[in-house]
Amino acid sequence: MTAPTASTTGSTTASPAAMTAGTESRRVDAGLAIRLDGVALGYGRRAILEDLRLDIAPGEVLVLVGPSGSGKSTVLRAVAGLLAPHAGRVLAQGVTVSGPSPDRAMIFQDDALLPWRTVRRNVELPLRIRGVPRRERGTVAESWIARVGLAGFEDRLPRELSGGMRQRVQLARSLAGAPRAVLMDEPFGALDAQTRGEMQRLLLDVLHGTSATVVFVTHDVDEALLLADRVVVLRRGGIGSVLSVPGPRTPDVDRAGLRARIIEEL
Amino acid sequence: MSTPALGAADALSPGTATPASGTPGTASPGAGTTGLGATGTASTDDGAAPARTGRGRTAAGARGWAVRLGSLAAFVALWQWLTTADVSAGLRFDRLPSPTEVAAEFARQLGTGTYYLDLAQSTIRIITGFALAAVAGIALGVLVARSRWVADVLLPPIEVVRPIPAIALVPIAILVFPTDEQGIVFITFAAAFFPIMVSTRHAVRALPTLWEDAVRTMGGGRAHVLWNVVLPGTLPGVFGGLSVGMGVAWICVISAEMISGEFGVGYRTWHAYTVVDYPAVLVGMTSIGVLGWVTSASIELLGRRLTRWLPRAEGNTR
Repeated sequence: MTAPTASTTGSTTASPAAMTAGTESRRVDAGLAIRLDGVALGYGRRAILEDLRLDIAPGEVLVLVGPSGSGKSTVLRAVAGLLAPHAGRVLAQGVTVSGPSPDRAMIFQDDALLPWRTVRRNVELPLRIRGVPRRERGTVAESWIARVGLAGFEDRLPRELSGGMRQRVQLARSLAGAPRAVLMDEPFGALDAQTRGEMQRLLLDVLHGTSATVVFVTHDVDEALLLADRVVVLRRGGIGSVLSVPGPRTPDVDRAGLRARIIEEL
Repeated sequence: MSTPALGAADALSPGTATPASGTPGTASPGAGTTGLGATGTASTDDGAAPARTGRGRTAAGARGWAVRLGSLAAFVALWQWLTTADVSAGLRFDRLPSPTEVAAEFARQLGTGTYYLDLAQSTIRIITGFALAAVAGIALGVLVARSRWVADVLLPPIEVVRPIPAIALVPIAILVFPTDEQGIVFITFAAAFFPIMVSTRHAVRALPTLWEDAVRTMGGGRAHVLWNVVLPGTLPGVFGGLSVGMGVAWICVISAEMISGEFGVGYRTWHAYTVVDYPAVLVGMTSIGVLGWVTSASIELLGRRLTRWLPRAEGNTR
């Protein structure tokens, strides 16, 4: 087994882009999007994770997997700036993260849409907060709503939508603000298997047209293998191992070997 | 008694029946995206709840109205019978004016200017006191729930004053306010303030943190969170407080008018009692009942309008 803090620094920065270059046309910037630099996390005095070291390249899709309670969501909240580390630093674009930023949009597992706002007004919200003029807000929001397959539902309230549709709205809302990174906390965890599959395809499809870095948390190994450029396994208070996943991103490619390795890690 | 008004308060609901939430399946989602059209359409099926047909809704509404009006009519008929048959079994209904006597007195008062003046006076008092209480109660409720420091500073005196019935503040109000008018408005304010403040405070505390996290990760600061999450998210709880506040405000404005008013429905009712004019007392009481009903129904209606987004059971219009 790999050493608990299997630091991938050094080998990381180049690999994900090169790995997928043949099958993906996503634009990938040089440099570093997010770095965890000796980060320790916990709630109150209780420590959950110690000395995390991880570099995430711009445009990379990094998936965090781990058993329940391993701290996957905690890592994501720290990257979002919603949770301050006990020790170490989280860096985004080389700058220490000290709070939330529209550069790092977050998609939550639970329905985080504002229930009193229509689909359109939910998607417009990050633009409104950024002070984008009304007309432009409307145009951008509408194009994202159409992009996630919800054209015609702009004036519906969240309560009138199914769970899958609501997650589509969350996806549109997070991307409407043109963030550099999208942090996704088990976004499809509460969906049925069929809807989940649809949402995974939609996500791959939508990400194809952006250059956003993605940090995706899931406990589903198959989901991780489908979406990830790299999979990071969290276990026993640290990073267990980091595995690169070769493309193309289709469900039928056999990744049994990788799958077995991850499951063994877990 | 204000029983007829209470019975009638329920009659409001069919009028506010929510319109059907659009027709499901008419939209064409995802036409532009690869292979998404089908999935989008599939998910619409469980997306929109099937609405009851318009005709069924109207018929049910009419039936509801008939029952409510019938209930009110039965109450008045019982009152008429108890008083005209001189029933005296423990309770001395033979002394009570009958509905026809009250109606005659009401018709007489409608021809006088004083009646309208009294109505207007009480309405202005309640609206002023209640509006001040709503603004102060919501603002303070949010502040003490969101700021530890403000809570430490302001809550101790508030919690000590809170158990004092607003009507017990009358002597103080007479003492410190230059005019009786201001005193009465203050009593009304004090009565409505506490339920509004306490409900707001609880609603803010009960707010899921998820919405706030979402707005913060969009780059929203305190003002954005307050405006886009806290205020709309607490509306259902706040309106609970406003309803209760309006009820208490009426109790107190009428009592304060009885004690120190020179106009107003409460004053007029008490005055009628002192000259032993019971039909006029009952006209006053009925007026208070109807006014109270109209104001709380307005709050209720506004609350439902503003919280349409709340999840609710299918076909349930309440």
